[in-house]
Amino acid sequence: MIQQHLSIAITGAGGAGVISCGELLLQAWAREGGRGLLRKAYGPQIRGGESAALLKLTDDECYTAASRYDLVVALDWDNFSRFEDEIQLGPNSWVICDETDVLPESVQAAQSRVVCLPFAELASSCHPEGRINMLALGALGRVLGLPTASMVELAASKLSGKPQAYRDAAAACIEHGAAQALACDVQVPPTGANGACYMSGNQAAGLGALEAGVRFVAAYPITPASDVLEWMAGGLEQVGGQLLQAEDELAAINMTIGAAFGGVPAFTATSGPGLALMTESIGLAVASETPVTILNVMRGGPSTGIPTKSEQSDLNIALNGLHGDAPHLVLAPLDIADCVFTTGWAVQLAQQLQTAAIVLSDQFIGQSTAIVSEPRRCAGTASALAVPAEGDYLRYKLTSSGVSTLASPGDADHRFTADGLEHNEKGTPSARHSDHQQQLAKRQGKLDVFDFGDDWAEVSGDGPLGLVCFGSSSAAVKEAAGILAQRGVDTRVISLRLLAPLQTQALGAALETCSELVVVEQNHGAQLFHYLKGHVNFSQSVHSYAMAGPVPLGPEAIAMAVTEVTSP
Amino acid sequence: MMQAIKLKAKEYKSGVKPIWCPGCGHFSVLNAITKAMAGLGIDKDNTVLVSGIGCSSRLPAYVDSYGFHGVHGRGLAIAQGLKVARPDLTVMALGGDGDGFSIGGNHFIHACRRNVNMTYIAMDNEVYGMTKGQASPTTPMDWDHSKLTPHGPGVRPFKPAALALAAGAPWIARAYSGNPNQMAKLIAEAVAHPGFSFLHVMSQCITFCPEQTDWKAIVDERAEPALSDADEAARLFLHESGFQTGLLYCEQRPTWPPAGAAIVDQDALAGLAASFRV
Repeated sequence: MIQQHLSIAITGAGGAGVISCGELLLQAWAREGGRGLLRKAYGPQIRGGESAALLKLTDDECYTAASRYDLVVALDWDNFSRFEDEIQLGPNSWVICDETDVLPESVQAAQSRVVCLPFAELASSCHPEGRINMLALGALGRVLGLPTASMVELAASKLSGKPQAYRDAAAACIEHGAAQALACDVQVPPTGANGACYMSGNQAAGLGALEAGVRFVAAYPITPASDVLEWMAGGLEQVGGQLLQAEDELAAINMTIGAAFGGVPAFTATSGPGLALMTESIGLAVASETPVTILNVMRGGPSTGIPTKSEQSDLNIALNGLHGDAPHLVLAPLDIADCVFTTGWAVQLAQQLQTAAIVLSDQFIGQSTAIVSEPRRCAGTASALAVPAEGDYLRYKLTSSGVSTLASPGDADHRFTADGLEHNEKGTPSARHSDHQQQLAKRQGKLDVFDFGDDWAEVSGDGPLGLVCFGSSSAAVKEAAGILAQRGVDTRVISLRLLAPLQTQALGAALETCSELVVVEQNHGAQLFHYLKGHVNFSQSVHSYAMAGPVPLGPEAIAMAVTEVTSP
Repeated sequence: MMQAIKLKAKEYKSGVKPIWCPGCGHFSVLNAITKAMAGLGIDKDNTVLVSGIGCSSRLPAYVDSYGFHGVHGRGLAIAQGLKVARPDLTVMALGGDGDGFSIGGNHFIHACRRNVNMTYIAMDNEVYGMTKGQASPTTPMDWDHSKLTPHGPGVRPFKPAALALAAGAPWIARAYSGNPNQMAKLIAEAVAHPGFSFLHVMSQCITFCPEQTDWKAIVDERAEPALSDADEAARLFLHESGFQTGLLYCEQRPTWPPAGAAIVDQDALAGLAASFRV
């Protein structure tokens, strides 16, 4: 099944309200039972730069970035031109603008159809406070066949804290925009069932963490993870938890460890540079067996890199950044809705296995907003294992599961000192060979013997060509699989959710009948490819398609690359 | 009414043998901490000692309470996270001058200004002992006993009390390892003070700095009551020898987190989930 979709780009100056316009359009579409994605693209400026609302209205929930735009609203050409690399046009594209005398080169080259709509003139003619973004909203809504009243109501709700004049102006502009008959005949995808949610991946991750029992968050701002922390600040206040703004990421991870030691499920969120600062102390969580969850919303790297745009290039540091032998958990949500499940699962696994869990989300799913069916939840909440009633307490007791009882301060007669120094079963520092061997084996063993169930990956299709990916690449790879199927190539997509410990047996079984594999990922160094090659003894030939960001992985490009690398 | 706990100081020791050298000032700090705990009748199960890395940071394992021996410089961060998550606990962070003023210096500044209700005991011997005698931020400029800085560190030593004051610490005291009784009294006051209490302990290292045995001659016990005026305290901390002991500065100011910030609503989680529905 090939997805039916309609891609819309709205570009303008930062502050012109293009993101609000995109959000309201998508919300109005959601009310009609539609499905769709809003990707936000910004220039590097904080205020006053350029921004773009990149929408894709779809008939399913497989959300990838659009490869070509059907409908573009350029509030002005200057700001449109800054996104020319990202907004591909064709002869069937419609471009709505208020200046048709001099067209940008990309529009001319694509021979797109251009429609003139004098935004500013129309907006000010219907209300003195009229804004061009609301005028554009009304006009776009009409093209899509959305009820004007619905858009007016959503705008009023968004402006509920503002003076009445703002709401009046918005209503007037939306209505006036909707009165414009534009020649754009676009194919609008069919709508489905109502009852969906409207959320970003960052909000979804925050919700998953709170539902899993997180009641303490330490926060240090970083793009593109700050909005998780901001959402959780409000959420924690409602559910009775605490958020502590730290002085740096070193403090943030250690505050998280301190709270977790106190028996309170604890969480922090960051991005690449912050994760790098945290790694020493993530090792402390591993050695002291203190459960913590770190959400890493990946952005372009290395160093400061491209903070506002997406990449899957922190896999290496998440897997291998800790010094010493420090087995821990690494997970990756597969899409926006899955941020709820995977983050919740990570919190629970960290708690059950008394170790650190790193969740690899990224800017694409973190900061995009989508209409999703009620997200799947992870059953239960994180809770420490019961404390035995009596006996000499051995905090790091050697057990068959590798997991030992975790007492918290306040538990009577279970006093111990958690330690990053190697220790014996009691927790007393020890440099003895036997203690080190035993505790290393304990910390590795608890991950090796645990039954992670079926959620380690999602498998779709049963063709002989295996496409292996992780996290947010999943949607693009699935869409590529659809394109390949049309061309007579049957595939099997393995979207890895649990990256460490790698479920080598289950992965081997899932790929057993594949004759050839391609590992697809959004980074330059083929990090997943090398990781898998290092841990799995593949009998098939394994190819790599690794494409760095910041432009999202394109299904068409994946399909083409797969065909190229696998052709004899 | 909870039953008062009556234990002797030595009953607050874990029995784990310290790694410290004979004559180390830290033995005296350990004694003062357990004496203060006995004096306060502290519940071992509700007390946590948190530290970083260094000779002094080994102390939590020697006390029979809950403890956390973290990584270098981050003890204060662990302690604040713990206290904010578990306000019912008595939390003491401790560590040395390298741990607290060099690698952990930023956390020291922000712990002072954040004012979480906890105690911080910095055991200052003006040297990195565990790595065998290098200059720390409080080492005198001309101390030339380290191979790493054979001509002395050549950097003005750091004034912990002055920095604590500038950063907003509301309770600043100093003790000396040669006077464990005064130290025990100050630790008990620090624990009782509602806010971030900073106790700077001059704790000698005779292994790497044998000249520190001279400290007993220059220690000067403060006779006057603690200052509450920050201007006066600033003058004192900038100009004193660094060996005046006792409670030096004390003010009352609101602790973090602000009271009454959290509104617990049983249906709040369901409400958060519902807020996303179209």
